[in-house]
Amino acid sequence: MANFDPSKQRRGLVAIDGAMALIVVLLIVQIWLLSATLETFLAGHTRAVLPAAIFSGLVFSGCLALNFFVTRVDQESRKP
Amino acid sequence: MPLFRNPSKEPLWKDEFSVFTSDERYVTRRQFTKFLTLASLGMFVGNLWILLKSRFTKALAFPTVEIAETNEIPVRGVKLFTYPTPQDHCILIRTGEEEYVAYSQKCTHLSCAVYYSAKNDRLECPCHQGFFSVKDGSVLQGPPPRPLPQIALERDGTKLVAIAVKGS
Repeated sequence: MANFDPSKQRRGLVAIDGAMALIVVLLIVQIWLLSATLETFLAGHTRAVLPAAIFSGLVFSGCLALNFFVTRVDQESRKP
Repeated sequence: MPLFRNPSKEPLWKDEFSVFTSDERYVTRRQFTKFLTLASLGMFVGNLWILLKSRFTKALAFPTVEIAETNEIPVRGVKLFTYPTPQDHCILIRTGEEEYVAYSQKCTHLSCAVYYSAKNDRLECPCHQGFFSVKDGSVLQGPPPRPLPQIALERDGTKLVAIAVKGS
């Protein structure tokens, strides 16, 4: 069994927890954005639809980047 | 793997079938992050769907329907009609000598039928006390989130004709 560096693992865990918290916040923003866009669309207003889709795409990109970050940190912290 | 088992430990079947329920239910942070990212993708797809729907949905072609004669209802009087389909109930209000407005009768909150209150000069929903302006259908008070869809009217001689639904 490989010897893990405990301090490295602890730092990795903190980084992963922080990234996860950020993803949760982004997801809440995205849920709100989707419901607000749907509401305005059903009310017959389509002006906000395109900016909302772009912003939602950006938020998703952020989540994806954080996901890659979590994977990388996790792999690095597992290295002996 | 030890060559000989210690008989005081777990039963043999547990050693040979080494999949544990607790392990199966264990979700790592990486898996959870993946799940959250997938949820984010779902939200993005939802927004894209709304965008595509708004771009490629053709504007509805509304029929032209005669709904009333101009002298049929008195000032501050109302007439109920259906437009554009027989299931869509609407209300026509004569607000002045030559002024007519018409709205969908369906409250934008929970679809109760709104009625015209001549005393307060507003449209009222009796279910949850939602009030709408008779001028433009905007929400004056209460829980309705949107204005009432307005029916576009035209005059054809002495007849009032519904030609479209605005803000539906």
